[in-house]
Amino acid sequence: MAAGARLENANPLIYGRSSERPLTAREQEEEAVDPIDTREIFDLIRSINDPEHPLSLEELNVVEQLRVNVTDHENSVSVAFTPTIPHCSMATLIGLSIKVKLLRSLPARFKVDVHITPGTHASEQAVNKQLADKERVAAALENSHLLEVVNQCLSERL
Amino acid sequence: MRRRLAFELRFQAHPDSRAWNVAWSSSGTLLASCGGDRAVRIWAREGASWQCKCLLEDGHQRTVRKVSWSPCGNYLASVSFDATTCIWRKKEDGFELLTTLEGHENEVKSVAWAPSGSLLATCSRDKSVWVWEVDEEDDYECVSVLNAHTQDVKHVIWHPNGELLASGSYDNSIKLYKEEDDDWVCVSTLEGHESTVWSIAFDKTGERLVSCSDDKTVKIWKAYRPGNEQGVVCSGSDLSWKCVCTLSGFHTRPIYDISWCHMTDAIATACGDDAVRIFEEDPGSDPHQPTFSLTAHIPKAHTQDVNCVAWNPKQAGLLASCSDDGDITIWRYEFED
Repeated sequence: MAAGARLENANPLIYGRSSERPLTAREQEEEAVDPIDTREIFDLIRSINDPEHPLSLEELNVVEQLRVNVTDHENSVSVAFTPTIPHCSMATLIGLSIKVKLLRSLPARFKVDVHITPGTHASEQAVNKQLADKERVAAALENSHLLEVVNQCLSERL
Repeated sequence: MRRRLAFELRFQAHPDSRAWNVAWSSSGTLLASCGGDRAVRIWAREGASWQCKCLLEDGHQRTVRKVSWSPCGNYLASVSFDATTCIWRKKEDGFELLTTLEGHENEVKSVAWAPSGSLLATCSRDKSVWVWEVDEEDDYECVSVLNAHTQDVKHVIWHPNGELLASGSYDNSIKLYKEEDDDWVCVSTLEGHESTVWSIAFDKTGERLVSCSDDKTVKIWKAYRPGNEQGVVCSGSDLSWKCVCTLSGFHTRPIYDISWCHMTDAIATACGDDAVRIFEEDPGSDPHQPTFSLTAHIPKAHTQDVNCVAWNPKQAGLLASCSDDGDITIWRYEFED
């Protein structure tokens, strides 16, 4: 986005961040079988930067732990995200960032589905179809400009 | 008769990358593969194992999405997300890059050589299907740009013996094209899938077409001629294609590829749920309302999405599959008494 361009949603509602997850003794046991749960998935995506604001997706309530579904033994992860406004032009980019973060972080056995919370975006179906098309996602990630934008969303904030 | 899909061999084809597509040469002796590592590899059986005979890696700058052999077996076409098509010529000791075809605006998704060997079709995310003519001097000329689809075109194939071209698209439809008065025109649109049509295949007669989709179904389409007894409406002298069977409830994720064996008539599918499945038409089924049964199912055929299945054109029941896990697996479909 060009510097000085008008923000689509200039005054978003800002939400609090969740506290860190306490490490239990059982989780520190090397041998223990520890299935991936919704909080772990949420921890992977909550700090993703919004492309428009200096805020995380969690602070904008774009991602919430209750919209994460994980079935470890079926290798399935599904995340619904909620754009801050129904015409947000960044919806595909946000979805792509969530998808890339999960594909990079999770074991390859997982099937990762990322979609818009039903009823929260004007182009919900079109965005969902694009995010589900692995060929388009693969091609997008070979586009160096787009990859740079995604990596910015995924970078640690200083 | 019982059937079984027996595992024969697995080998790493595109390490640390996706294997997107495999294609058998017309003699059935060579297998070409391509993938996210931007390379094309040529494989051949040596004793009990499969060896990489050639590595073709200086043609494309991005993912190589599909490969197709010319009917004579002397040429291989590869298409890439880099928007180009490479034509490779077989020599005694390997392959040389003969020419690079440019013109598509962005990712080329599929390529297919016509049975005559003198026409080539490509399709792209730019929504177009291109028909290229090849002359005896190995010159390639684009003779038609078809803009019938409204979205990304995922797959192109030729009819097994007539010059009829078919394409499947992100716009959920299948389109058929033929040459009329020196130009190519869209003659039919097949609608019925509820999402992206990933792949299509003709049966050996070319009278039927099978398609697979992101909507997790497989559809069988049958050609009806003008004046057919079933009363299927045709416009002018063109064939009319009607969906005569839908296979739903078998696949749990998008179906990325489908192959109709021209020797055994078995249909194989490659699915995003990591499985390979085989279907066969039930004996004595009504040709106008055929029924098909799942005759083999390998749930964990690969450790990730299966992207492609290809029946060997000469050895009945020999099937190759490839996957996001980078591997190629060779299977043997067996008939047990």
